[in-house]
Amino acid sequence: MAESHGGAKSPAAGAHTEADGGHHGSGFPPFESSTFASQLVSLAIFFVVLYVIVSKLALPRIGGAIEARQNKIEGDLAEAQKLKDMSDAALKAYESELASARARAQAIGNETRDKLNAQAEAERKALEDQLAAKLAEAEKTIASTRTAAMSNVRGIAADAAGTIVQQLTGVVPDAASINAAVDASLKG
Amino acid sequence: MKIDPIHQFNIEPLFTIGHIGNHTIAFTNSSLYMLVAVVVISLLMLASGTQLVPGRLQSVAEISYEFVASTIRSTAGSEGMKFFPLIFSLFMFICVSNLVGIIPYTFTISSHLIVTAALALLVFFTVLIYGLYKNGLKFFKIFVPHGVPIYILPLVMFIEILSFFLRPVSHSVRLFANMLAGHIALKVFAGFVAMLGFSLGAVGWIGGVLPLALTVALTSLELLVAFLQAYVFAILTCIYLNDAIHPGH
Repeated sequence: MAESHGGAKSPAAGAHTEADGGHHGSGFPPFESSTFASQLVSLAIFFVVLYVIVSKLALPRIGGAIEARQNKIEGDLAEAQKLKDMSDAALKAYESELASARARAQAIGNETRDKLNAQAEAERKALEDQLAAKLAEAEKTIASTRTAAMSNVRGIAADAAGTIVQQLTGVVPDAASINAAVDASLKG
Repeated sequence: MKIDPIHQFNIEPLFTIGHIGNHTIAFTNSSLYMLVAVVVISLLMLASGTQLVPGRLQSVAEISYEFVASTIRSTAGSEGMKFFPLIFSLFMFICVSNLVGIIPYTFTISSHLIVTAALALLVFFTVLIYGLYKNGLKFFKIFVPHGVPIYILPLVMFIEILSFFLRPVSHSVRLFANMLAGHIALKVFAGFVAMLGFSLGAVGWIGGVLPLALTVALTSLELLVAFLQAYVFAILTCIYLNDAIHPGH
């Protein structure tokens, strides 16, 4: 395809190059065999130079940069993972510490409450005992007072009976009969 | 005004280096652009930084590196990485010289069959010599595909052998013809603009907008072709080398 194309164009190109330099034989430059040796030699030189530069300098350099980045990324990820693990561990420690502190606080609270309850109970009991004693004493006082009062009542009643009998009959009754009469009425 | 789309392919000797037999070895415009390609690649790969966070130039260098490396790994396996410097050199040399060649008034190295043929033969002999060195006679298993009935095996082997020896031809002509045809087409359309303008005056200059637009479109197409042909050359090299590394697949 290229050959036929070149063939068709060759007269014009040939004329042009003839006028230009005059050292080109056939018309189509890619098929001018006189230039092949020069091109092959320069290609060989420059391609070998390029190969040496690429294999000895360029690829190790760029490959090294890429690898360094890869290592850095992996190292940083590992570091981040380590820090995350550490923070997770710290969080766990904090939570367990918090839980145990809460349990301790609960225990202390319960203990204190029990102690206070016991103390209050004891105080209440002491107070009740005290009150009961006082009550018993008061009842005893009342009983003795009432006994005294009742004996007084008997004396008053005997006096009153003696006085009444004296007023009504004009005779002073003897004490023994009055006492017997008062006892009888008090029993009745 | 005459369109001469072939003139751009002329080899102009700049100075003479020496003689081999009765051949004059000259430093030509082709040599100059080979030097340009080598310098551009060296600058790209050596002057870019090696920082943790790459800059623009370093990114280009690293993308080229990764691109070629992944191409080799996917086609020839990790054993193919032995040939990384060779394939990288081929790819970058062809790609950079093709791209430089699109700039007006420059010369395109790969528009000469002798250059592409030399590169294709380099690959061909690398495959042949490495294949024989590594696998010995088992290398010839690449000519005997598995599961072919015995009665058509001779025919298949003949075709396989023929295609093996025609590889350097297709490998080199593909690159050469693409670059040549693209540059001729560009020159022809660009020439139309000037030709219309000079021959028809104002009407011609206005009419020249169409070929100008085509030239712009073709230039962007040529940018794609420049890269694509370098890639095709490199990936075919990988595929051929895969035969040398793993014959009988």
